[in-house]
Amino acid sequence: MVDSQELQVQQKREVEKKTEGTTPGRAFVPVTDIFETPETLTVVLEMPGVDRNSIEASVEDDVVTIEGRIDFSKYEGMQPVYTEYNVGHYARSFQISNKVDQSKISAQMKDGVVTIVLPKAEQAKPRKIQVS
Amino acid sequence: MFAGFSDPFEALLTLQRALDARVASDWMERGTAAIGSFPPINIFQKDADLVAVVELPGVDKSDLEIEAKENTIRIRGKKTIAYGEQASVHRRERISGVFDRTLSVPIRIEPDRIKAEYRDGILALFIPRAEADKPRSIKVS
Repeated sequence: MVDSQELQVQQKREVEKKTEGTTPGRAFVPVTDIFETPETLTVVLEMPGVDRNSIEASVEDDVVTIEGRIDFSKYEGMQPVYTEYNVGHYARSFQISNKVDQSKISAQMKDGVVTIVLPKAEQAKPRKIQVS
Repeated sequence: MFAGFSDPFEALLTLQRALDARVASDWMERGTAAIGSFPPINIFQKDADLVAVVELPGVDKSDLEIEAKENTIRIRGKKTIAYGEQASVHRRERISGVFDRTLSVPIRIEPDRIKAEYRDGILALFIPRAEADKPRSIKVS
């Protein structure tokens, strides 16, 4: 389908904060896919360079917040000579409906991509109605 | 050990300032083929050697091919995204497709000794500078 399409660079968008931060460093908005199956709602975020242990995902008041922190110590002693992209933390949050079973949310990480699976609550799943 | 102490905040801000400054530099201007194409590359100098850090989130290691010849390095592969059947997509920002990029380094390197590491969506290429290219100190007699 689109497999042979040539990839283009996506410019990173910085997180727009309502308040000013007190921690140094920038945060970027990770590119995200959201898709739904009959049982789940899945959020996929690209966070290259973020270690599995540096991801924080939390649910509070129907808002899912995902934060990924970059380990800048890997860049110690390195002098940039040519750059095309900026390095920074990642943060994004989404409003979810109460159709999601918040106790069963799971997340996994592979190759810099975080997949968050939000299982739908029982009453939100589609039902087949028999016509008699 | 006091010599090893470093302020992480300072290190971080210094890196960002340096990155910003280098966006405007022309160090690789004519050296790189296909500037601005996918994937984005940052090149750092570590001692005498170069380190290329490439952002490739979601690319499987087996879909990645790296070739090196003289002072050019070719990075190619494909990125696939599987939504699975029955999925209805609400938001689609990630892109999939093929990429092929050649990087020409303006210094002499040792292509046989290039090391590549892929972790957490970041490809790091450790490019050693050729022995013949390193500066030699000359003793004054």
